[in-house]
Amino acid sequence: MTIRVGEAAEAPSFQKAAFVLLDDTQLRKNVRHATDVITNKRAIVVGEQHDWQQLRSAASAIKEHTLQHLDHYLLQFEAACIAAGGHVHWAADADEANRIIVDLVKQHGGKEVIKVKTMTSDEIGLNKAFEAHGVHPHETDLADMIIQLGHDKPSHIVVPALHKNRQQVREIFMQAMGLAELGDKPEDLTNAARHYLREKFLKIKIGVSGANYLLADTGGVCVVESEGNGRMCLTLPDVLITVAGIEKVIPSFRDLEVFLQLLPRSATGERMNPYNSLWTGVHKNDGPQHFHVVLLDNGRTRILADPESRQTLHCIRCGACLNTCPVYRQTGGHAYGSIYAGPIGAILTPQLFDMQHSQSLPYASSLCGACYEVCPVKINIPEVLIHLRGRVVREQQTGATLEAIGMKAMAGIFLSSRRFEAAQRLGQIGQWPFVSQGWVKHLPGMLGNWTAVRDLRPLPKQSFRNWWREREKSSAKKESVHA
Amino acid sequence: MPETTTARETILGRIRATNNTVNTTTRAADYQAIERAYQQSASMARAAILKTFVERLHEYDAHVFETNADEVAATIAEVLRSRNQKSTIVAESFPQEFLPAGFSWRHESSTTTEQLNTIEGAISECEVAIAHTGTIVLKGARKLTLLPDHYLCVVYERQVVETVPEGMAALQKYAAEPLTFISGPSATADIEMTRIRGVHGPRFLDVALVRN
Amino acid sequence: MRISLFITCYNDTLFPETGKSVVQLLERLGHQVEFPFEQTCCGQMHYNTGYQIEAQPLLRRFVEIFKDAEVVCIPSSSCVAMIRDHYPKMAEASGDTELIRAVEDLLPRVYELAELLVKKLGVEDVGAYYPHRVTYHASCHSLRSLHLNDLPLRLLRNVRGIDLVELQNIDQCCGFGGTFAVKNGDVSAAMLTDKLRCVENTRAEVCTAVDNSCLMHIFGGLHRQRTGIKTVHLAQILASTEDEAHR
Repeated sequence: MTIRVGEAAEAPSFQKAAFVLLDDTQLRKNVRHATDVITNKRAIVVGEQHDWQQLRSAASAIKEHTLQHLDHYLLQFEAACIAAGGHVHWAADADEANRIIVDLVKQHGGKEVIKVKTMTSDEIGLNKAFEAHGVHPHETDLADMIIQLGHDKPSHIVVPALHKNRQQVREIFMQAMGLAELGDKPEDLTNAARHYLREKFLKIKIGVSGANYLLADTGGVCVVESEGNGRMCLTLPDVLITVAGIEKVIPSFRDLEVFLQLLPRSATGERMNPYNSLWTGVHKNDGPQHFHVVLLDNGRTRILADPESRQTLHCIRCGACLNTCPVYRQTGGHAYGSIYAGPIGAILTPQLFDMQHSQSLPYASSLCGACYEVCPVKINIPEVLIHLRGRVVREQQTGATLEAIGMKAMAGIFLSSRRFEAAQRLGQIGQWPFVSQGWVKHLPGMLGNWTAVRDLRPLPKQSFRNWWREREKSSAKKESVHA
Repeated sequence: MPETTTARETILGRIRATNNTVNTTTRAADYQAIERAYQQSASMARAAILKTFVERLHEYDAHVFETNADEVAATIAEVLRSRNQKSTIVAESFPQEFLPAGFSWRHESSTTTEQLNTIEGAISECEVAIAHTGTIVLKGARKLTLLPDHYLCVVYERQVVETVPEGMAALQKYAAEPLTFISGPSATADIEMTRIRGVHGPRFLDVALVRN
Repeated sequence: MRISLFITCYNDTLFPETGKSVVQLLERLGHQVEFPFEQTCCGQMHYNTGYQIEAQPLLRRFVEIFKDAEVVCIPSSSCVAMIRDHYPKMAEASGDTELIRAVEDLLPRVYELAELLVKKLGVEDVGAYYPHRVTYHASCHSLRSLHLNDLPLRLLRNVRGIDLVELQNIDQCCGFGGTFAVKNGDVSAAMLTDKLRCVENTRAEVCTAVDNSCLMHIFGGLHRQRTGIKTVHLAQILASTEDEAHR
């Protein structure tokens, strides 16, 4: 079985990627602007929602309940979807999902497909699988189109092309769409996309989508979007293939009342996004007459098995954690090397791999907790990050790294106050080679990362406990004098 | 010869192995016991609900034409004139008595997709409208309300509810039908976070709100 | 009240002035301060970096040392967060019912300094005098784990002579994050730059907070850039009087 999360297994460490990306002036400006805009909008619409905390609690409870009975709800969904004329396939890993989807497309004689935004398809590497089998996938989400036509990678869950500015988009469109002229206002660019895609929507007979929610009681699927390309791909083609992670299922149609209030406010700072589409199986004379759902595992059941971190599977892909994260704000999404970036990416990506890859991601955080505050389904991301760091240390560290040696030594020192005081004395003495003009200018090894950008005062001559000791001694003396 | 386990069996097996301490007999009760302390019924008076609904529609530049049951046809005529439309497509179930004279119209069922793409505009009713979010929910009529550039929805006052939970409750009987929630014209903010309206889908949304 | 002081490993070693100020302040308010010498570290650095096994004995030591304390005062919100957020879980994981009970019993008696003053001792005006322009940075743990909200600001507002100026983006992480500062030094530096810009924009002489960890990082940058701006722990401002300037 091969778990795949895009190309994350081959990605450089977060620290290495971040170092390069921090120099990308355009990127940093765009990321700052985008995250500022969305966080401000989110703050307003969340602020006006008086029952926001109650919605979060309900959503978290619904998700946890669903995970506890995941087999039941998946089977219920399967039965209802099939009864409504749909087909349900199960895929243990990325390769299997790709095989199923490519086979379906070939069965229907398709050489092209239109795609609605689905990160799940990026996760499994579907487009590559399509191309390898002579099928051309057309992304229809504006940002995904910009990424696809520009041969780039997405850098955000909700606004994947936020690292591109209008001039860059204009160049990409002119080249890919064969346009001699094109204005550079966002309106011009959007019009070009509307025109370019309309023809494809009407012509291409096979659509591929993801799913925001799979409804167990009705066998229905819900897709949440803004642009209308989703509606196009979900209603115009003859064949529709929906690929969804198994954690997308929720118990009932009614539960949408919770998630449809949380998702738009969290994702785009709107009370409600422009379009939500719900359909169930096949509808007579309306929409695709061949409907297939591919339920994807690809590492999710292993996450489910870890009681400390299975809350990761609550995620509804809103992106709020990315927008609020002070680390993401500096680097953008590419630093995480995965379609899933930011705080959720830092916990989801390595776990899908059972911690075999992307081990630097749990450390790509200062544990500030801003993500947990905004998460609509109450994933305690800092807690999961710490848990995953523990897994990296216990499971993945081969041999004695300098860090492990240092940490174990310090742990030993903290076990006794005598050893601790000895270490303090040692520090006070041993620091002098590093002190110049009263400041520590340079520290060795990884600690050098501190002094690379910060000055450091040397250890004070007298520790607090030594001051206390002296104070006790002198007050005892005073007492004995007065006695 | 060992039987190959299907992915379905593998996945279900893994889930069951993990959840083996979970009491499945209490599942339904556990689901019912989930605390739902969020607002689920109206807190505003009808007048305020309708006012909010209209405000939300205005916020995303929909034009709202308030009318009453006797004047619907006249209102529709006004809307079509304001949009320079001479013809329109209507949803199957749309009441014929509301269609004004002087305009040509066809049913969705008698048009092809290509024709829908060039038609000037479309009209339909809705199932429910949610004031808090400015949402109109349609049953069916999916292509009709997607391809033309103008879309006019006739909403009856009694269909307007305040909250999303009330809206979902009203839709429960249509839970397995094709439903579309519309909250403004389509939009994107993908280019430099500048919100652009009308990417695909109708760029112009009109609502005829029929008062009791 | 008999207040046991958990000074924290890094304050003991790097910021003894903060500890002295805490003692002076609490004694001035009429309380008796104790300092158990057996104390070392709460285990946060190890726990947060993934060395949870090594942190376990540190939990036991802390509980053992302070089990009979009337009240424990800790001038470091991140250490209190470690104790409050993680000790119960760690005790559960050990399966030791006595330890679980001991943690449950001790936790309600553990306070960060500002919490102790306002919530337990009921005082917002500690009689301090500090005639300087000061801005306050809200550390992540104080905000999101301890929910201190505006307790430190209420204490600061009552300091005579203070010119308190609001920090923009007060709740944005400074970028310290413990070992994050060295394991992801570049991003930490970028985050620090943003925080420094906000501090400098206030034209304050002093930036304060309830955590010397943040302040060490912020001051490291302020001094490297030769801004002339200092960082001073809240305790030192509150301990300052006309007679004793705690700069």
